Amino acid sequence: MQFTRSRAILCLILLVIAVQVLTRVTGTQFYLTQLTMAAYYALVVIGLTVLMGYAGQISLGHAGFFAIGGYLSAALTTHNLVPYAHSPLVHFLGRIGVLVQGRDIYGEQLLTVTPWAACVLAVVAAAVIALLLGIPVLKLKGHYLAMATLGFGIIIYRIALATDYFGEADGISDVPGFTLLPGIGPVGPLVVNGDFGNRVQNYYIAWGLLIVGMVLLLNLIDSRVGRALRSIHGSEEAAEAAGVDTARCKLQVFVLSAVYAALAGVLLTHYNGGLGPSEASVMKSVRYVALVAVGGMANLWGALVMGVSLTFLSLRGVFGSYDDAVFGAILILVMLFAPDGILGVRPGTLLARLKR
Amino acid sequence: MLELKRINKYFGGLHAVNDVSFRVDRGMIKAVIGPNGAGKTTLFNLIAGNLAPSSGEIRFRGRAIQGMKPHRIAALGMARTFQNIKLFQGMTALESVMVGRHVRSRAGFLAGMFHLPWTWAEERAIRERAMELLELLGIAEFADVEATSLAFGQQRSVEMARALAMEPHLLLLDEPAAGLNIYETAEVARLISRIRDMGITVLLVEHDMSLVMDISDEIVVLSFGEKIAEDIPSAIQQNPEVIRIYLGEDEEIA
Repeated sequence: MQFTRSRAILCLILLVIAVQVLTRVTGTQFYLTQLTMAAYYALVVIGLTVLMGYAGQISLGHAGFFAIGGYLSAALTTHNLVPYAHSPLVHFLGRIGVLVQGRDIYGEQLLTVTPWAACVLAVVAAAVIALLLGIPVLKLKGHYLAMATLGFGIIIYRIALATDYFGEADGISDVPGFTLLPGIGPVGPLVVNGDFGNRVQNYYIAWGLLIVGMVLLLNLIDSRVGRALRSIHGSEEAAEAAGVDTARCKLQVFVLSAVYAALAGVLLTHYNGGLGPSEASVMKSVRYVALVAVGGMANLWGALVMGVSLTFLSLRGVFGSYDDAVFGAILILVMLFAPDGILGVRPGTLLARLKR
Repeated sequence: MLELKRINKYFGGLHAVNDVSFRVDRGMIKAVIGPNGAGKTTLFNLIAGNLAPSSGEIRFRGRAIQGMKPHRIAALGMARTFQNIKLFQGMTALESVMVGRHVRSRAGFLAGMFHLPWTWAEERAIRERAMELLELLGIAEFADVEATSLAFGQQRSVEMARALAMEPHLLLLDEPAAGLNIYETAEVARLISRIRDMGITVLLVEHDMSLVMDISDEIVVLSFGEKIAEDIPSAIQQNPEVIRIYLGEDEEIA
């Protein structure tokens, strides 16, 4: 088990490198942009897979957590604090070193929160909101949980759309790059941004993060807590009788999946240099659920493969104006013909289902 | 071990459990019998924490447990099986039994995600213990088969193994012979005696009279939520009231 898993991870790493080399050889490096973005979206999908597929708790509000990460990080790193420079809070933030000075394109002085501090704050905020939302909401089951998380998603969407601080319908642009590691000696800095020169580096950052995120989740599923999560999916009553604190377990995995979504939101926003309210829309949440389903629900590898490939196609514009409709259709078709995901389809069973 | 003091449970206007008191002493096999609707399963759910009593006290190993959540009662050393088997879909027999080790192990969320070295030995011990129990119950060959796809009797065994994996002080068995043929029932009777010999106290609810009379040390008889008798099996068989409300009813049906 352990052996085949490390082999699968190794294959994935080799594939990631091979794709980069291939784009270089064929001069199609523009593909790397969408592959980078797809990797971040896939991070949301694998986090949601653990919540939905393994623990059996649906969320129709994960675009909300993505948006909380993205928007907070964007707002904190772009809004100028110079007018408030004398307030005690800003003064304090400056003292603990989480503010950075700069100049905008007109030469005006800028004072903003550093990307690292903004990232930590955004992810912690998403985790706390997930915790506060999860405590009452995870007592609900099935349709009721879906409705409640849907409500949460709509609230976040409307807040993004209506708040001046978050740029209303325009969203936030000119988000600076995120320097993960400063340059040391001959080695340049590690920066998440959309610069053409940084494309290869960003591709590896995104995929590196996705692979690390994947390994952590695979570990979790195979651990004591992972078995407890899967037992909740099987029978909540029996899980409780076996001593599993089901409420706590569900809450933990809900927060974890929210952290994955928020982190993806933060990094993709720095990569794209901005984000708009569509990232918080309910259609995005439905898309994440569709990707989990098409991957096979309780199948992290399926979620990764389908999450990356379908998101890549969507970002390349293959589905044209019917983008959202395609994901809706995928959801219907998967539920009807391949409830175990596309990768789990056997021709025989598919035929049987079609005949039924 | 377990003591119920004047337990009452109302469902709206229905008095499902009426002032029931009894004790289960360490090391015994005690049975609760009674006609359908006598409140046996309700009583089990009260003891295991799935329901909270309207009034009364339940003490388990010196602690008042009424109203406590099931998982906390389980952690105190009480395991149970269900009348209509409850297994975990998508998990193998072995994994299902490994869940039973939950209360006897401690690796947490982050330890699991980072696969920390100190969890490796624990994980191995969990797997070995689960495998031993599958062997004890004679279903080791199905370790890697999805538990819900096994035959009925084997599913019961998986559920039993899961409960035993918890190393409970008290084991609640809700109709362990339901749906089994006479050979399998005899097998279950032997198993329950063996469980008692392992030092585990057993409280069971059962319809199968032969099973109850053979293996129980003491029997509690419930009727319409009230305790009408509590004695050793031979005395219960002679008790005129028990014969009237329980066995007598059977004769009328026959």
